[in-house]
Amino acid sequence: MNTERKYWLDDPRNVKKIVYALFAVCALLVGADLLLDHEHSHFPFESRFGFYGWFGFIACVALVLAAKVMRKLLMREEDYYDP
Amino acid sequence: MIPSLPPGVILIVGALLLPLLPGRLKSVWMLLLPLLSAAHLFLMVPETPLTLDVFGYQLTPVHVDRLSLVWGTIFHIAAFLSALYALHVKDSLQHVSALIYAGAAIGAVLAGDLITLFVYWELTAVSSVFLIWASRTERSYRAGMRYLIVQVGSGVILLSGILLHFRDTGSLSFEKAFHSFLPGTEDYFLGLNSPGTVLIFIAFGIKAAFPLLHNWLEDAYPEATVTGTVFLSAFTTKLAIYALARGFPGTELLIWIGAVMTAFPIFFAVIENDLRRVLAYSLNNQLGFMVVGIGLANFAAHPKVAELALNGTAAHAFAHILYKALLFMSMGAVLYRTGTIKGSELGGLYKSMPWTTVFCIIGAASISAFPLFSGFVTKSMILTAAAERHQTVVWLVLLFASAGVFHHSGIKIPFFAFFAHDSGKRVREAPLNMLIAMGISAALCVIIGVFPAPLYAILPFDVDFDAYTTSHVITQLQLLLFSALAFTVLKLTAIYPPEVPSINLDADWICRKPLFEAVGWLYQTAAWIGATMARAAQELLNTVIAWFQTQCGPCGPLGRSRSTGGMVIWAAILLGAYLVLYYL
Repeated sequence: MNTERKYWLDDPRNVKKIVYALFAVCALLVGADLLLDHEHSHFPFESRFGFYGWFGFIACVALVLAAKVMRKLLMREEDYYDP
Repeated sequence: MIPSLPPGVILIVGALLLPLLPGRLKSVWMLLLPLLSAAHLFLMVPETPLTLDVFGYQLTPVHVDRLSLVWGTIFHIAAFLSALYALHVKDSLQHVSALIYAGAAIGAVLAGDLITLFVYWELTAVSSVFLIWASRTERSYRAGMRYLIVQVGSGVILLSGILLHFRDTGSLSFEKAFHSFLPGTEDYFLGLNSPGTVLIFIAFGIKAAFPLLHNWLEDAYPEATVTGTVFLSAFTTKLAIYALARGFPGTELLIWIGAVMTAFPIFFAVIENDLRRVLAYSLNNQLGFMVVGIGLANFAAHPKVAELALNGTAAHAFAHILYKALLFMSMGAVLYRTGTIKGSELGGLYKSMPWTTVFCIIGAASISAFPLFSGFVTKSMILTAAAERHQTVVWLVLLFASAGVFHHSGIKIPFFAFFAHDSGKRVREAPLNMLIAMGISAALCVIIGVFPAPLYAILPFDVDFDAYTTSHVITQLQLLLFSALAFTVLKLTAIYPPEVPSINLDADWICRKPLFEAVGWLYQTAAWIGATMARAAQELLNTVIAWFQTQCGPCGPLGRSRSTGGMVIWAAILLGAYLVLYYL
C-alpha cells in the first residue's frame, strides 16, 4: 500500500481544513442575511434572522435522530425476507 | 402513412428488429432509434389530434399539446442517454425490453384517450419487468414478480375506472382535459367526482408511488440490472405524474398526499444501506414535490398560481429525470466495477473512479437544488406556488424535505460511495459509454441550472418566474450549507448512524410477512381440515366394512356354511310344527 499515490484528502489535516471552510461559509451566509430585504417574504417567520439556516440545521439533526429511533424498530438482518 | 404513425411505435417496432442485427450494428441501432423517434415526433406528428373509429368508439391514439410535449421531449432524451449508458451490455433481452418500455411510455404520454393510455400503461409494466428479471437472481425474480403484480394490478384498476367513467359520461377522452385552462372549464378534468374517476386516481396513484402504495418502487428498482434501473427510474413514475397532471390538477387531496410523500421516504433513506435503494427513496421524495404542484394547480380558484404550479411540476419532472438518471448511472457504475452497492462495503472510490465521482456530485448538487444546478430552477417554482397559496404547513414540510434530500442524496450518496473510510477497493474507471452518458446528463443538469430559459420556453404556460433573486440564492444556500453543517457535526460527534449491513421494514412488510403468513396459515389449515375429513371418512368406511365382515364374512353368522343333514332336520321340524298347528 505504501507505493500508492498519496491523495490530498488522505491527510486528516486537510479534512479539517474543509470542515473549517464550511464553518466559515456558514458564518458568512448568516452575515449575508442582514443584507436581504424581506419584503418579498410570504410568511412572517421567514424574515426572522437566519431562519433558513437554523431550520436546515434543526431539520437535519431531527431527521437523523428520528431515523436512529426508526432503526431500532425497523432494522432486520439482510436475509430477513429470504425464503 | 408515416405522419399518422403514433409516437413510440418506432421504438417498439425497432426494438423487435434489434436481435436480428449483427454486433456493432446493434449499438448503432440502439442509439439511432430514440433519435428517429424524436425526429418523427417533432417533424411529422401533426398538432391536430389523430382520431380513429374502433367498433363505433371514438379513439384518439395521438394527441400532442404543450403538456404532453414536455414529457415526450424528456422521455426521448432519457431513452437516448439510457441506451448509451447500456451500450456495452451484451444482453439483447435487456435492450429489447428497455426500448419497448421507453416506446410504450412515450406512446402513453401522447395518448389522447383513456383506452390507448391503458394499453400503453400495461405495456410499460410488462416490458419493464424484464429489466428486473435480467439480473437473473432468485431475489430479482421474486422482486420482479411483486413488481409485475402491482403494476398489472394498477392497470386492471385503471381499466375498471375507465369503464365506469365511460358508463357515467360516455367519454373516453383524455385530451380534452387540456384544451383550455380558463376558469369554468375545470369540468374537463377527470376530478374526483365519481367511482370511475376515483378508481382511475388510485391506479395513477399506485404508479406514482403514493404513500403506502409506494413500496414496489423501493423493492424492485434496486434489484434491476445496472443499466435497467436507469431506464426504470425515468419512465414509469413520471408517466403517472403526467397522467395525474392531465387528469387531476387542482385536486386538493394531492397537496397533502404529495407533502407526505416528500417527507417520509427521507427517514428511510438515512438508514438504508443499499445506495441504489437510497436513490429509490429519494426518487419517491422528488415525486412528492411534483404531486404537490399538481394539487396546487387549481385553475378555477387561483389561475395564476395554478400556471406556476403546473409549470413547476413539468419543469421539475424534466430536470428530475436527468439528475435521477445521472445518480443511478453513477451508482450503477460503482456496482458494475466493484460488484457491490452497499454503503457498508464502499468508500474511497474517488481515487479509482474520479470521473464517476464528479458526475455523481453534479447529480447530487442538482437533486439538492444548489444554485447553478437544475433542481434549483425547477423545485423553487413549486415551493413558491405553495407559499403564494399560503399553505404554511405544506411549505414547511417541503422545506424540511428539501433539507432532507440534500442530507441523504446530496451528501450521503457521494460521501459513502466515494469518500468516507477507504474500503481499499481499487477498480477501473467506468466504461467509456457509461462515462459519456453520465457526462451528457451532467452537462444538461448544469445547463438547465445556469440557463433555465430554454426549459421554461417549452413549459405548458408562459413563465413569469426568476429563480435567481439574491434572496432566493442566499436563503437556499443557508438551508443547504447548514444541513451540511448538521451532517458534519453529527458525523464528527459519531451520532450519525453508521452504515451497517441490514434491511429496513417498510409498508411492504404487511404483504410480505403477516399477510403472506396468514395466507400460508389459511392454506395449511384448509389442507389439514381436508386431510382430517378424508381420514375420518376413511375410518368410517373401514368400520362399516369391518362390520359387514363380521356379519357376512366366512366366520360371521350370515356367512357360516351349514351341513345338509342339519338343514333337512330343521325343515322337517318346521313342517312338523306346521302340521301340528294345522290340526289344532
